[in-house]
Amino acid sequence: MTTTLRENLTGRILLVLLMAITIMPFGSLFVTALHPSGTYPSGLSWPADPQWGNFLDAFQAADMGALLHSSVLIVVGVVPASLLFGTMAGFAFGHLRMPGHRAGFLIFVLGLTLPFEGIITPLYYQIRDMGLLNTRWAIILPLIGLFMPFSVLWMRAHFVTMPADLSEAARVDGAGTWQLFRRVHVPLAMPALSSLAILLFLWTWNQFLLAIVLVDDPAKRTMAGALGAFQGQWGTDIPLLCAGALLILVPTLTVFLVFQRRFVAALLQGSIKG
Amino acid sequence: MSAPVEGRRARRARRPRAIWLGWLFAAPAVIMYATFVLRPLLLTVQYSLYDWNGIGASTWVGLDNYRRLLTDEDLFSSILHAFELIIFFSGIPVVLGLFVAATIRDIAQSRLAVIARTVLFLPQVIPLVAAGIMWSWLLSTTGTANELLSAVGLGDLTRAWLGDFDTALPAVGVIGAWVLVGLCTLLLLAGMSKIDPSLYEAARLDGAGPIREFLSITLPSLRQEIGVCVTVTVIAALASFDIVYIATQGGPGNTTMVPGLEIYYLAFSEREVGMASALAVALIVLVLACVLPIQRFTRDGSR
Repeated sequence: MTTTLRENLTGRILLVLLMAITIMPFGSLFVTALHPSGTYPSGLSWPADPQWGNFLDAFQAADMGALLHSSVLIVVGVVPASLLFGTMAGFAFGHLRMPGHRAGFLIFVLGLTLPFEGIITPLYYQIRDMGLLNTRWAIILPLIGLFMPFSVLWMRAHFVTMPADLSEAARVDGAGTWQLFRRVHVPLAMPALSSLAILLFLWTWNQFLLAIVLVDDPAKRTMAGALGAFQGQWGTDIPLLCAGALLILVPTLTVFLVFQRRFVAALLQGSIKG
Repeated sequence: MSAPVEGRRARRARRPRAIWLGWLFAAPAVIMYATFVLRPLLLTVQYSLYDWNGIGASTWVGLDNYRRLLTDEDLFSSILHAFELIIFFSGIPVVLGLFVAATIRDIAQSRLAVIARTVLFLPQVIPLVAAGIMWSWLLSTTGTANELLSAVGLGDLTRAWLGDFDTALPAVGVIGAWVLVGLCTLLLLAGMSKIDPSLYEAARLDGAGPIREFLSITLPSLRQEIGVCVTVTVIAALASFDIVYIATQGGPGNTTMVPGLEIYYLAFSEREVGMASALAVALIVLVLACVLPIQRFTRDGSR
C-alpha cells in the first residue's frame, strides 16, 4: 500500500513539473510583453510598471483586425471544401467500393507522409502560372489538395464500420446513391466529421510554409504566416514582439479552451490514424 | 434475412453501371489531390534532373544534382542535422513520455490528470512559429534559461544558446521536444488505460517489481502507441521547418540547416530549382524509408 502511495506522489510531482515546463515559455512571453517597448528585459522579472498598452500597440502594429479577417477567410475556403470532398471520397472508398477502390485509396495513403517542403518548389511555379500568386487562393487550393490524404483516410475509417444493411434498407425505400449519402450517411458521420473539422481548422490556421512562399502580403496570409512577417518587422522590439505573438495566439487558445474535450480527443485520434 | 440479398440483386439488375458511381463521389478529392499534390510531386522529380534558375532555359543534367547532394558537405550536413534532430524530437518525447505516463498511470483519472491533459496539449495547439518566437527569447543571452542557470550557481554555462555553434542544434531540438513531449505522454497514457488491470495484479502476485512490470507488461502492450509516437515525431524532425526558420534561420554558420529550410533557400533565394528539387526528392524518400519500417514493425506486433 505504501509503495502505491509513494508512486502516486512521485507521479503527481512529475506531472506538475512537466506542466510547469510546458507553461513556462507562455509565462515568459507574457511577462516580457509587459515591459516598456524597446527595452531588453531579463528573464522572468515582473516589470515595475506593467505596460498593458503594449498589447494595443501590437494590435495596431500587426494590423490584427486584417489578419484575423484573412485567416478566417482562408479557413472558410479550406475547411468546408476539404470536409465535403474528403467525406464523399471516404464514402466511395469505404462504402460504395467501386472497382479499383483499393488502388485508388492506396494512392491517397501514399500522400500521408509527404512533407510540404517536398512539393513547394513546383507548387510555386504552378500557382504562378495559374495567376494566383499573392492571393488567398494560393493557400486555399493547395491546402485542400494536401489535406485530402488525411481527410479521405479519416472518413473512410468511419464509413467501413457502417453496416451494409443500412444502405440496403434505404435503397429498398427508393433512395438514390446521393440521397443515401446525404440523408443517411452524412448525419451518422457527424462525430467523425466534427473531429476532422477541428484538426483541419488548426492545421490551416497554423500553416506557415505555404503562406510565406506563396503570399507576400502578410494581410493575406494565415495567422502563423503573419506572425513570421511580424517577427521580421518588429524582431528587435522584444516586448512588442511578445505582445504581438500573444495576441496572435489568443484566437487559437480561446477555441482550444472552449472545445478542449473535443480537441484533445480529435488530436489523439488524429495522430493515431495519421 | 433475405431482404438485403434481394435488394442487392434488384440493384444490380436495375443499374449495371451504378457500381462505377463511386468514382463520381471520389472525383473532387481525386482532382484536388492530383492537381495540387501528385502533379507537383512528379514535377519535383522532373526538376531534380535539370539545372534551372526558375526563369531562363533549363539544362538536362541527369543525376548530377543528386551527386552534388552526396558530395557537397553543406548540403549533406543538412540531412545529418535532420537525423540529429530525431534524437530530440523523437527520442526525448517518447522516452520521457513513457516514463511520465508509467509514473502517473495510477492517477490517470484524478483531477490533476484532467487539468494536465489540457495544459500538456497547449504546445500542440499553437503555431510552431509562436513556439519558435517564445523559445528564441527564452534561450537568448538575457533569457529565462540563463537566469535559471545563474540562480542555481551555474552562471558559467550561460550563453546565447541559439547563437552558439556548439549548442544551436541541440537548442532547436529542445524546442521540438517541448512541443512533442505532451502529445507523446497523452498518447501513451491513453494506450496504458486500455491495458487490462488484472495483468498488473497477476504480476504483483508473482512478485514483480515496478521495473519488471513496466518491461514485461506496459512496454509490449504499448507497441502500437509507441509506433504512432515515433512515426509522428520522426516526420516532425525530418521535415522540420517552422521552428528553425524562426529560431536560427539555419545559423550560426550552417549548424542548424535542415533539408526543409535548405530547399526553401535553394529554390527561392539562390534560384537553384534543380538542386532544391533533388533535395526535396531525397527528403521524401528519407521520410518514407524511416516511416515504413516503423509501421511494419508495429502492425506486425498487433496482428
